[in-house]
Amino acid sequence: MEFVTHHPVLVVSLIKIAIALFVVMTALAYLTWFERKVVARIQSRWGPYWVGPHGLLQPLADGIKFLFKEDIVPPAADKISYVLAPFLALALALTTLALIPIGPATISILGQPTQLVISHSNVALILLFAISSIGIYAVVLAGWSSNSKYPLMGGLRSSAQMISYEVSLTLSVVGVLLIAGSFDFYDIVGGQSGHWVHVIPKWHIFPQILGFICYLTAAIAETNRVPFDLPEAETELVAGFHTEYSSFKFAMFFMAEYANMITVSCLATLLFLGGWLSPFPETGAWRWQLYLPAAGLIIAGIGLIVGGLRGVQLSAKLVFPVLGIVCLGVGYLCTLPGVMPVIQGPFWFTAKVFFLLFFYVWARGTLPRFRYDQLMSFGWKFLLPLSLINLVVTSLVVVLRLR
Amino acid sequence: MVPISYYLILSAVLFGLGVVGFVFKRNIITIFMAIELMLNAVNLAFVAFSREFNQLDGLIFVFFVIVVAAAEAAVGLAIVMVIARNRKSLNVEDVNLMKF
Amino acid sequence: MNIAMLVFIACSVMAIVGALALILAREPVHSALALVLVMISLAILYLLLGAAFIAAIQILVYAGAIMVLFVFVIMLLNAGEEVRTNVSRLAKWVGLPLGIFFLLEMAYSLFREYGGRAALAGGTAAPVPASTRDLSMKLFTEFVLPFELTSILILIAVLGALVLAKRES
Repeated sequence: MEFVTHHPVLVVSLIKIAIALFVVMTALAYLTWFERKVVARIQSRWGPYWVGPHGLLQPLADGIKFLFKEDIVPPAADKISYVLAPFLALALALTTLALIPIGPATISILGQPTQLVISHSNVALILLFAISSIGIYAVVLAGWSSNSKYPLMGGLRSSAQMISYEVSLTLSVVGVLLIAGSFDFYDIVGGQSGHWVHVIPKWHIFPQILGFICYLTAAIAETNRVPFDLPEAETELVAGFHTEYSSFKFAMFFMAEYANMITVSCLATLLFLGGWLSPFPETGAWRWQLYLPAAGLIIAGIGLIVGGLRGVQLSAKLVFPVLGIVCLGVGYLCTLPGVMPVIQGPFWFTAKVFFLLFFYVWARGTLPRFRYDQLMSFGWKFLLPLSLINLVVTSLVVVLRLR
Repeated sequence: MVPISYYLILSAVLFGLGVVGFVFKRNIITIFMAIELMLNAVNLAFVAFSREFNQLDGLIFVFFVIVVAAAEAAVGLAIVMVIARNRKSLNVEDVNLMKF
Repeated sequence: MNIAMLVFIACSVMAIVGALALILAREPVHSALALVLVMISLAILYLLLGAAFIAAIQILVYAGAIMVLFVFVIMLLNAGEEVRTNVSRLAKWVGLPLGIFFLLEMAYSLFREYGGRAALAGGTAAPVPASTRDLSMKLFTEFVLPFELTSILILIAVLGALVLAKRES
């Protein structure tokens, strides 16, 4: 107890880390389910259906399967690097999330002023890029240490790809930085509050639409997703850099990929989509928006109850109404005056991140993979000039405005 | 707080290890890495001095060192590639054409 | 023993172990990883010294770009284990004592100069951590000429690398 009173920052941080880890891990698991469902819908299939109602327990089943599979280390592999790579991938992917705030700085929980971020830094953005740039080693090491030709090809491809696209990724963000004039996420989001002509929110996406497009494209390439998934192109390289991995180490790569997806989506939300700000003006006539989180949860709850009772499977009949009641309860909580202001930021933030994640999955379901030379020429000859043009134009405008 | 002498001694140790690596290693790429280690050691001293004297100039120097190191790495690794292609070896002793 | 000291000791041990591993490892990829470890621990030390921006670009540029380039080249050339030769034995007998002597000399002179100083890094008056704004103001006013020169340097380096790496057909 004495320790707690002496190190309040440490204890609060630990609590935040525990909550964030739980939420992110659950989100990762259900992101795989979501992706499979959406891709299935795009391809006119059902997707996971049999483990639990609507396949809702599929992530759990996958997790158990990964845990109990045999963990193989190839005899020719470089042991240290081989074991290090998946840990590095997951650890770095999760570390970046510590820098992402999900709500305004002035918020109080249980009467205590609390920041909805694990670690606040005034160079948060560049630190985030720094941490995620180390993530390349995981892929490269995995490819090299497996001592096998397909992983090596995957590793080589991915190091070249990630170096190339990291340039565009960073440059596309510089436009936002010039407008915001800060590396601090609180300043960047704070600069996006307000509206043009009372309706269009002053998000950076509108003046920086070019930067946003560059960012999204480069971010897909950075996270090795379709259509830029050449490092793990399963039709050419078996599974690319993680061909030789099995069991939980494979699962760690998998989780890292999804965690990276969440990170880049969060970053796009903060930089371009106004972070936790509501798209509506905060005038009296728009007060109903405060009830949106509660309304969303209540609609989801009713939907779950009705859908569950009408369902065919017995498990669905049992599980969905319970979930629905939980949703209704949380929805009611969100209308309480103590909770309502706190929940607004995280609600909008989550909604925007969710939309971007949907976009990711959508792109995967729609686009075919690039060829390697196409990928390189696209990155260097199209995306990089585009983000440079964006940078030059933005800096010109910023300077002219200062005059 | 940590006394500045500790930082400087750490910097000196790292620089010394860089020198040792530079002399000992036979692989061109690792020799190159030893040079990078020395640059890093100097950077640490710069940052420590900048903090000690409360001036930003040290940080600016670090900035320049990092930029120059990047340029150096690009050219250096291109040279390594050429050597590897022509000599079919990365051993520094095989690069002896200019040796007296 | 406060937290800053603990962090310093942990990071310096990490850095020295990394530097030793760089020298002792025979596989070039392991050397590269060891160097990345050194860079990361130095970045943490920069954070400790209040230079967050420098720490970030240390990781972003050094560990995230330059070292990846090294690893990429090592993988591309498929550099295997190092071969020990006669000359490296000479280096062992002459180089090692000289290296140790050099190290001791540096440590001695540094300690003589700064060891007696009561002032602590970070100062007793706790100076303001270097803000990115101040840094950039300085960079773009006082140091603008060197800054522009480095951009030319990088351009030349890029061209040089291209010319060197281009295959003669």
